Amino acid sequence: MSTVLQVEHVAKRFGALTALRDVNLRLEKGEVLGLIGDNGAGKSTLIKTLCGFHRPDEGRLLVNGDEVVLHSVDHARSLGIDTVYQGLALINELSVYHNMFLNRELRIGPLLNNRAMRRLAREHLSSIGVNIPDVTAEVAKLSGGQRQAVAVARAVFSDAKILLLDEPLAAMGAKEGTLILDLIRDLKDRGDVSVIIIAHNYAQVLDVCDRVNLLQHGAITFDRPTAETSLEELTELVVAEYRDRHRSR
Amino acid sequence: MTGNSLIQETLQKPQAPPVLRRGATVLVRWREASVLIVAIAMAVYFRASADAFLTHDNLRNIAQATAPAAIVAVGIVLLLVSGEIDLSVGVVAALAPFLVHYAVDLYGIPVLPAFLLAFASAAVIGFCNGVIVTKLKVPSLVATLGSFYLLLGILLTTSHAYPAQIPEAAQGRIRLIFGAADWSSLIWCLGVVAVFQVVLTRTRWGLHTISVGGNLIGATEAGIRVNRIKIGNFMLASMLGALAGLLEAFRINSIDPNIGGGTALTFTAISAAVIGGTALAGGSGTVIGALLGALILAELQNGFNLIGVSANPFNIILGAAILLSMIANQYLSRLRRSGGV
Repeated sequence: MSTVLQVEHVAKRFGALTALRDVNLRLEKGEVLGLIGDNGAGKSTLIKTLCGFHRPDEGRLLVNGDEVVLHSVDHARSLGIDTVYQGLALINELSVYHNMFLNRELRIGPLLNNRAMRRLAREHLSSIGVNIPDVTAEVAKLSGGQRQAVAVARAVFSDAKILLLDEPLAAMGAKEGTLILDLIRDLKDRGDVSVIIIAHNYAQVLDVCDRVNLLQHGAITFDRPTAETSLEELTELVVAEYRDRHRSR
Repeated sequence: MTGNSLIQETLQKPQAPPVLRRGATVLVRWREASVLIVAIAMAVYFRASADAFLTHDNLRNIAQATAPAAIVAVGIVLLLVSGEIDLSVGVVAALAPFLVHYAVDLYGIPVLPAFLLAFASAAVIGFCNGVIVTKLKVPSLVATLGSFYLLLGILLTTSHAYPAQIPEAAQGRIRLIFGAADWSSLIWCLGVVAVFQVVLTRTRWGLHTISVGGNLIGATEAGIRVNRIKIGNFMLASMLGALAGLLEAFRINSIDPNIGGGTALTFTAISAAVIGGTALAGGSGTVIGALLGALILAELQNGFNLIGVSANPFNIILGAAILLSMIANQYLSRLRRSGGV
């Protein structure tokens, strides 16, 4: 296995607030890495640092072994890093297919090639089993789960090699959650896509991830293959953090 | 799936007869339709009350009143859709012909380069507005209020608040092309509307403009260069203001500092955009609607003149029209969102 993404001693501060203290993390090719941690541990900040949205204050990122400084989300994308944000980054006013192609639009000369985008969006969504009745509908009309599915499908569709998913299961019903988990399993089977997934449901993490990392107070404090840990251990780790915090008060 | 059940629920709801329902769907889906109906109804009403309304000469009057407002309104629509506004655009309209006049008459620059200079200056003004809004984070309402007064001051100081003559070199064919010929300003206006209708609905720039106004954070996360889009739209709005100002100056054959130097042109254009169905919240708007909005305003003013109503109640009608269309807009977009139609 080769390491596609390596994070070394990354720190990120917002004024007086230290969101990331000292993060060390690696992601292997074809691996699904679960990132867990309490609210405020810095999970979203870490994702936004990896996708080029935030610039780290300290430390370095290596993509496929080469050190990179990500200038922008576009830059990260050009290196094959794509993200599904917690806020989904969908534009309510636009149709499903325009959202699928947002900032990667197909064109004929200066004009949008709407017909091709509609067709490809339809094909792609049905090929991964996402059931959207009408790709020309505004995204505002979709359910929470459908919106999430569109956002994940968009990232998968973009041919990303490193996929960052920020709580993709949060807004999901049981059936739609299974859909996204199946989607991630399919990606794993393809073998060329590596995924970091933030989740609060540890059972789902153990189900779909190869390895799990725990982020606490801006640093990774636990790193183990899912085969060598258990729901009890993960729960205990987070509960212990609560306990420590209460004791120290 | 939830989407399907929602559609089924909607279908099962008791509904109006099919014809009415289809009519309602057209009105809600194709938002320009309602504005077009108002524009036509108004023409019918004024034709019935004043024989002169649909004569060739009067149609030309209406066209000449519609054109500058619609051209400026197109720029305003782009800005409103991207979540911003520009109050200084009317004074750019007044400034542009003065810049041509200064360049030609004071510095001996040929007419066409002088035109380019005027447009370039407008672009720079728009760029500054855009930078102040996006980089320095000043809300556009306040930022462009500032640039409005600043530019107005420059305009009045340099012109001593006196009108100027159109430069001799710009008389003749140039003047005819740029607004003096009967339908010239209307042709310019229709060209601008056609181009920017396509830009807003069929190009990447338009899609990103909607994205920036609809979900700024989402657009940023998707990698759209939101500042570039906003600044670009400020520049376009400003340049369209300059075009409207040049057309007006050549049409009336005089360069008048008060043309947009008051707030009239800006406010008419914003009204046209709003009546045409563009929401101030960003994310949605229509260029054709803005043209129809400008047409409605021109019809109103012209029709009132013809039937001998004084100009004073015009503002009552205008105010009511803006309020009504904003309320209707809110209602229609909620309807559209809920998936009812």
